[in-house]
Amino acid sequence: MRVVLAEDLFLLRDGLVRLLEAYDFEIAAAVESGPELTRALAELKPDVAVVDVRLPPSFTDEGLQCALAARRETPGLPVLVLSQHVEQLYARELLADGSGGVGYLLKDRVFDADQFVDAVRRVAGGGTAMDPQVISQLLSRRERDRPMARLTPREREVMELMAQGRSNAAIADRLQVTERAVAKHTSNIFAKLGLPPSDDDNRRVLAVLAYLDQGGE
Amino acid sequence: MKVRNALLAGARGLWLAIFGLVASILLFVLTVLSICFIVLGIGLVTTPLAVRAVRAYADMRRGQAEAWAGVRIPTPYHRTRPAPRAGIVGHVEQCVALLKDKATWRDLQWLLMDMTIGTVIALLPATLLLYTVWGPVLALGVWKPIVRADGTFWFAFVPVSDQFTANLAAATGVGFGVLGIFVNRHLMRGHALLAQQLLRPTRERELALRVDHLTESRHDAVDSSAAELRRIERDLHDGAQARLVAMGMSLGTVEALIEKDPAQAKRLLAAARADSAEALTELRDLVRGIHPPVLAERGLGDAVRALALRMPLPVEVDVELAGRAEAPVESAAYFAVSEVLTNAAKHSGARRVWVDVHHADGSLRIAVTDNGRGGAPQPGAAGGAGVGVGDKNGGTGLLGIERRLGAFDGVLAVSSPAGGPTMVTMEIPCVLV
Repeated sequence: MRVVLAEDLFLLRDGLVRLLEAYDFEIAAAVESGPELTRALAELKPDVAVVDVRLPPSFTDEGLQCALAARRETPGLPVLVLSQHVEQLYARELLADGSGGVGYLLKDRVFDADQFVDAVRRVAGGGTAMDPQVISQLLSRRERDRPMARLTPREREVMELMAQGRSNAAIADRLQVTERAVAKHTSNIFAKLGLPPSDDDNRRVLAVLAYLDQGGE
Repeated sequence: MKVRNALLAGARGLWLAIFGLVASILLFVLTVLSICFIVLGIGLVTTPLAVRAVRAYADMRRGQAEAWAGVRIPTPYHRTRPAPRAGIVGHVEQCVALLKDKATWRDLQWLLMDMTIGTVIALLPATLLLYTVWGPVLALGVWKPIVRADGTFWFAFVPVSDQFTANLAAATGVGFGVLGIFVNRHLMRGHALLAQQLLRPTRERELALRVDHLTESRHDAVDSSAAELRRIERDLHDGAQARLVAMGMSLGTVEALIEKDPAQAKRLLAAARADSAEALTELRDLVRGIHPPVLAERGLGDAVRALALRMPLPVEVDVELAGRAEAPVESAAYFAVSEVLTNAAKHSGARRVWVDVHHADGSLRIAVTDNGRGGAPQPGAAGGAGVGVGDKNGGTGLLGIERRLGAFDGVLAVSSPAGGPTMVTMEIPCVLV
């Protein structure tokens, strides 16, 4: 699997390269600025891009902007965004096109190599990987919102894990129930959120999107 | 409406003329006597009292000029005066300070003017209205007994001696009434403008007051930034720094144990990793408190939007900014909004909040409105001239914001009638780039 990596701090970039190589990823390019990232994404067409939000030369959200621009060029281009802080605002922008293949994680998540690599693979496969912090912020805020309030506590748990990008099997494993039970919960969630039947992966992304979009502005 | 305004102007003018005349004469005489009696000693005690009374009275009239005639008259007195020393020395010092103060003499000049020209002008609107009533009353027959008793008499410039001239008087009176409808408001304004000439600070005093204000706001800015640094130091010391020490110790022990007791070493490694995660979380919170990353990355608009998303209640954000303000202004505005939103979420019982951010007339204007129960405490008036802050919860926070905005000549106003809604508005002069 070919990866383009954009991170301006040498230590972190080096660490990420090593980590990904250890898990048999091929590092197509490891760049340190926005313009380089844009070029690498256009020329190398990687299977997934791992991008730091803040990049030179502007040291604003340049990485995020480059990633979003690249996804406009190549819809569905898998991008995993890493940041020192998570903002729902950014999560929303990443998910807005509804085509999946996005991830948004705190840099700390790299500490758990297995989970991190799992997230990279999920994003590369067109799924989502949202940081638990984004989800927990949402949950605390969405308490009073109507459609979410209709979810049972169990469905809420499933929703939370689904929003992080977990598969039914992974959710079943985590909650110690059968996969069939999880499938039942997810179809209940889709129904409660008013998502029409379609291919399951897409509906999962839409559910997360609905989740993020509710009651906001 | 015009008629109502004219009547109102008449009533106010009458009040100004009567009350103003009495008060002005009384205060003028008292003050001048006090100053004369300084030689006798008793003036030393009475002069400060008299001057203070004059100032209170002048301030009241300044307020009236703004409320009744829309003429703003800034107050020229120094706000902060050191407390006088006790005993005779203190009295002498106080008298000298007051007598050296130009504002004292200008106030006296104003009192003189107010009791003469001021009274005449203030009487005009009421007089016009009085003639309006008096003229027709004469024409209805009242002229007869008067002429019988005193002979021909004057109604303004009309000599009244028979029914024809009485009718003329009535017409003139109505004419005065019409005139009053148009000029009364202007007469009141003229009265206020006249007072403004002597009641407003001289250019020199204006500058002096500005220096006072700058000294004070600089003091506040230095204070709050020092407090901020202390807080950061404490957070680092008790938080991330301590975690790193713990991590280092764990790693040191791991080094020693790795061969003897690999299982224990593994546990310690896990603990070290947990410590590093904790340290990161603490640093992240700290960074958010110093300068939120979204603010640095996206500017005020998106930072406020991101903030709104973090609030436990729905917040509607409307931002219209053509560019970015300077970083310190953005930061002050952001933390102000943050504080106000937190207050709204905690104390107001609001179900919804609206934030409006825009730039107009060279100022960044921010309004935060909630539909809560209102009754939020006012921040202490700038410089502590106002009453102390009653409510610790909302008030001190607002006071902090006001101080912080003060460093940029920004202002904050709270409107929060009991029962709501609460509206906090902030204005910071700045340019967008």
